[in-house]
Amino acid sequence: MLAFVISRILQAIPVMLAVALISFAMFAYVGDPVSIMLGQDFTEAQRQALIRDLGLDQPFFVQFATFIGNAVQGEFGLSYRLSRPVAELIAERAPATLELAFCAAAVALLVGVPMGVYTGLYRNSWLSRAFLTFSLVGVSLPTFLIGILLILIFSVWLGWLPSFGRGDTVQLGWWSTGFLTVSGLKALILPSVTLGLFQLTLIMRLVRAEMLEVLRTDYIKFARARGLANRAVHFGHALKNTLVPVITIAGLQLGGIIAFAIVTETVFQWPGMGLLFIQSVGAADIPVMAAYLLLIALVFVVINLVVDLLYYFVDPRLRAGFGAARGGH
Amino acid sequence: MAAILEVRDLRVEFPTRRGTLTALDGVSFDIAPGEVLGVVGESGAGKSMTGAAIIGLLEPPGRIAGGEILLNGKRIDRLPYEQMRRIRGKEIGAIFQDPLTTLNPLYTVGRQLVETMQTHLPLSDRDARQRAIGWLEMVGIPAAAQRVDSYPHEFSGGMRQRVVIALALCAEPALIVADEPTTALDVSIQAQIIALLKRLAREKGTAMMLVTHDMGVIAETADRVAVMYAGRIAEIGPVRSVVKSPKHPYSVGLMSSIPPLDRRVAQLSGIEGAMPRLSAIPQGCAFNPRCPHVFARCRQDRPELIETGTTRAACWLYDPASEKRAPEAVQHG
Repeated sequence: MLAFVISRILQAIPVMLAVALISFAMFAYVGDPVSIMLGQDFTEAQRQALIRDLGLDQPFFVQFATFIGNAVQGEFGLSYRLSRPVAELIAERAPATLELAFCAAAVALLVGVPMGVYTGLYRNSWLSRAFLTFSLVGVSLPTFLIGILLILIFSVWLGWLPSFGRGDTVQLGWWSTGFLTVSGLKALILPSVTLGLFQLTLIMRLVRAEMLEVLRTDYIKFARARGLANRAVHFGHALKNTLVPVITIAGLQLGGIIAFAIVTETVFQWPGMGLLFIQSVGAADIPVMAAYLLLIALVFVVINLVVDLLYYFVDPRLRAGFGAARGGH
Repeated sequence: MAAILEVRDLRVEFPTRRGTLTALDGVSFDIAPGEVLGVVGESGAGKSMTGAAIIGLLEPPGRIAGGEILLNGKRIDRLPYEQMRRIRGKEIGAIFQDPLTTLNPLYTVGRQLVETMQTHLPLSDRDARQRAIGWLEMVGIPAAAQRVDSYPHEFSGGMRQRVVIALALCAEPALIVADEPTTALDVSIQAQIIALLKRLAREKGTAMMLVTHDMGVIAETADRVAVMYAGRIAEIGPVRSVVKSPKHPYSVGLMSSIPPLDRRVAQLSGIEGAMPRLSAIPQGCAFNPRCPHVFARCRQDRPELIETGTTRAACWLYDPASEKRAPEAVQHG
């Protein structure tokens, strides 16, 4: 088990290095940081001095190694646009994005899984058909359109929920949370639904397909033949057997929710990392873009590790593959 | 003694787009307490379907369209799902064909035993666990106290079938429906499993309906045999009579296609042709196109089970009213 975790972490290192290389390459190939920092008027001597100060005269690998060394310590330099440390900017914005992603994932799982189970069990009922039709809408409508429609209905027409921002937040150490105020919670609803809707429909369809598959198996028939209650058969035996693929997809989707909250954050002017990223792209603020890229890669690596560990808990057959010594074979 | 299970004129239909298929037609038999009834026949003859109908788990859209099933004198074929569920496992246990797929891979065998017992019997967690270990011992799992926490994939196929047997018996049902319990197992394991089933059924006084296409298993285990053909019972009677001197021409063909151990035969005789599809069951006797003794009446009227002296066979040869009687022409081998 421990050996498995260590081997997975070792495997993640080349992935992170590759992403770091791409991030680093942006500095060299997207715009010229020297001319950006010098502004309009400068002498050649000033230019050379700045190049030396920034270490840009060093060989490529030395520069890259310095970049990695700094990145490991969370040091990504100053934002060109805001002249503040990038790490500070991201730490400031991360809670907003993570809370939004958490709520969106909760909406997707808590609504998507039961809907998937229901449509799998009662596939011919009118409600199942309604769910499936609804899921087509969720899959096919683009996120920004859903966001704008929700704003139109719930903010403009009904006036129930705010159309933008996080509402009031409470500072807990460096973490700013919107969970503790009414306006913060209200502000979370529309963006979470917008961001989670696609994942919800995806998870619902996945759970449904898996349920249909599992309900045909002999062990479900045998569970019925043993006289187990429907609830035990459906939610114990059947649902648990659908979990491995569902965990895989849900994990990847959670990474996607965090990484691609950009559109939702833009529509709702949500002060998170996605909004920071899109503003940085507009201003060619390369340190922020590079740091964001690395952070998202890290998020995916961590989620994949967690997903693999969850397999371990869900499916005993996979445990042999983890190198865990278990007697009785 | 009164029968545990009585099946009267059971009819199972499958509505399809092209019309209704009759999978079982007029199937009647009963099983006495402690008795083992073997049910044999080709694939698709309706053996497993009969078992599924009895435990109330016909695959939709299949449904019981006629007849009745009585368990201890009470009708169980029209019970609501929830009432029938309480009977399954508690009064009728079921054993399926493939032990590799009948156990839930994600739960330990102990947990599956405990949940089955606790569904039907008022047992505390600790008592249920003790009983689970006891059942594993009873079905011959070595080191049961440790193995109770193992997952199905940690057992071999034969051991898994033992676990399945424990699961079917753990709430002490009066009747077991065993659907091809040894077909998926190695030949060397088959004999052990059959011996185990036989022993447990005798010890607990459990009646059993043993569905199989293996005549060897039947000859060794069953008290009586029902031969099924195209969704109907062709012949039913004591195991010795049906195996040694079958009366129905189909039974005769079936028995003569088994290689005898005590003498060499140049060629095994099979039965010409194939069993009809459900959509094309011929008028009269379903076996008439393949029957070597067919005569006019067989193509028109459907025979009911007729007393032949030792067994009852659905064959006009044994009806005194048939104009052409030729039972002497029907010889075994």
